[in-house]
Amino acid sequence: MILTIVLILAAGIAGCSEDVDPNEPTGFIQVKGSDTIVNAAQMVSEQFMKDYPHVFVAITGGGSGVGIASLINGTCDVATASREMKPKEIEIANKRGVFPKELTVAYDGVALIVNESNPIDRLTIDDLHKIFTGKATNWKEFGGKDMEIVTLSREVSSGTHMYFKEEVVQLGKKGSTEEFSSQTLLLSSSQAIVEEVAANEAAIGYLGMGYVSERTKALLISNDDIAYLPNVDNVRQKKYPLSRPLYFYTNGEPTGVNKLFVDFALGPAGQRQFMEAGFVPIGETAVAQENQ
Amino acid sequence: MHKKISEYIIETCIKLSGLIVILFVVSIFLFLLKDSLSLFGVYSVRDFLFGKNWLPISEPPKFGLIPLFLGSLYVTIGAIAICVPLGVGSAMYIAEVAPSYLKHVLKSLVEILAAIPSVVLGFIGIVWMGPFLRKALHLNTGMCGLTGSLLLAFMALPTVISISEDAVIGVPKTFKEAAFGLGATRWQALWRIVLPSASSGIIAAVMLGIGRVIGETMVVMMVTGNSPVIPTSLLQPLRTMTATIAGEMGETVSGSEHYFALFAVGLILFIITFIINFIADICLRRARK
Repeated sequence: MILTIVLILAAGIAGCSEDVDPNEPTGFIQVKGSDTIVNAAQMVSEQFMKDYPHVFVAITGGGSGVGIASLINGTCDVATASREMKPKEIEIANKRGVFPKELTVAYDGVALIVNESNPIDRLTIDDLHKIFTGKATNWKEFGGKDMEIVTLSREVSSGTHMYFKEEVVQLGKKGSTEEFSSQTLLLSSSQAIVEEVAANEAAIGYLGMGYVSERTKALLISNDDIAYLPNVDNVRQKKYPLSRPLYFYTNGEPTGVNKLFVDFALGPAGQRQFMEAGFVPIGETAVAQENQ
Repeated sequence: MHKKISEYIIETCIKLSGLIVILFVVSIFLFLLKDSLSLFGVYSVRDFLFGKNWLPISEPPKFGLIPLFLGSLYVTIGAIAICVPLGVGSAMYIAEVAPSYLKHVLKSLVEILAAIPSVVLGFIGIVWMGPFLRKALHLNTGMCGLTGSLLLAFMALPTVISISEDAVIGVPKTFKEAAFGLGATRWQALWRIVLPSASSGIIAAVMLGIGRVIGETMVVMMVTGNSPVIPTSLLQPLRTMTATIAGEMGETVSGSEHYFALFAVGLILFIITFIINFIADICLRRARK
């Protein structure tokens, strides 16, 4: 009995090793991090695995904080993040012999979404600040219905949470100690925010613009003057106020299969996947050439 | 001789497995204690136990347990208030009233209820129960403590039903016969004789139900909204200890203050469930006497 199993296993291993070209790259890449990027990274990896069938890429979300923490803890090869690493994190990483190398892979706008039946179309950054810090609690203050505002946020592990906190809750002021209103609901994924906004007329939530769909309404956002929709053109031209880069982090210069993967993501085929997932590619020209 | 040796070996093996369980519990406790103590080196115990804010990524971070503890407490009390009358009632029905064919059907249905994965219940909570409660009770959001309590009540029901059913069955037949002999109706016999005699077992069932509810993570993380507020009602979003650990553990760098704070929360949770199980154990022992 045991002998048969061993034989079958041996045959299986032999069968596998037979058809691998010795020059073909093989390996396993663990990619972890931002929930904003997770779908795009999944699409990139599927394309990548078509080109390199013997390299297996595993993509996990959880939030930028999760990715960065696991890069520092040595449990992933590539960390995806929708925020920059904090100096404190880099310091801890260096102490553990991890030297993060940052690569910008795409640009994203943080979209604010509300329910389809909410009459509000546009808000300023200042309005958002009031809403998310709890200084304004009713939609009628902004010309909407008389309903209490339900603010939705991502969990603290989310890079979008950090970005939003710095840019909106603290209005970009260094040393500000303002916090999200404690009434804010902290949901564990971007999809959960979509579900709640689609079902709840009084809800407002933020997420990467890749998650904007017909089931919810994205708001036009302005600093003071003209309001812009979160779309590829407005983010590319930096008109949309909540635009930000998305990053890949590796430990030192990527090597081996990691380098293959990172180069693929930055190359035309990878960049096109980012564009299809609703993000703004970094090198427009590369993608434009690919499209012709 | 041969028999004696084999007996000795078996006895030692059984003894070892018993000791290993004790070893596991003690080492888990020590492990939690060690990492929690690392927090208290840099963060005061008082601020942790009585702090009113949980702001783990702020500068400086605040690790106040009160909102999380009250969140867990509210959800648990809500779940138990829903689940105990329902559970004890159905246990008495199954044990004493139901005809035997129905008894078997009900028992297997209870087992099926126990087999539903919690993430599935959480999903039902997000897409159906939350929106339903929001409309029915005119709430701001369906992601609130009550949604969590209702779903957790479902999860604790099988535990409560099967243990209280055992307790009810364990009441000597003679008690009931004596009651009937004195002219008691079926309801009087159940309510005044069987229920009080089974009370220790039922309390144990409730305690184990509480243990089940307070440790549950996935459902509460998905449906309670996770706002770290000090809750004043069940109709409000709240954040439990378990959801905090599960939601934040992934992003903490091992060895950081935040990481140790989550271990400290785990320690508190462990102590609470330990006490609850201990009480349940005492009650079960008393019930058997």
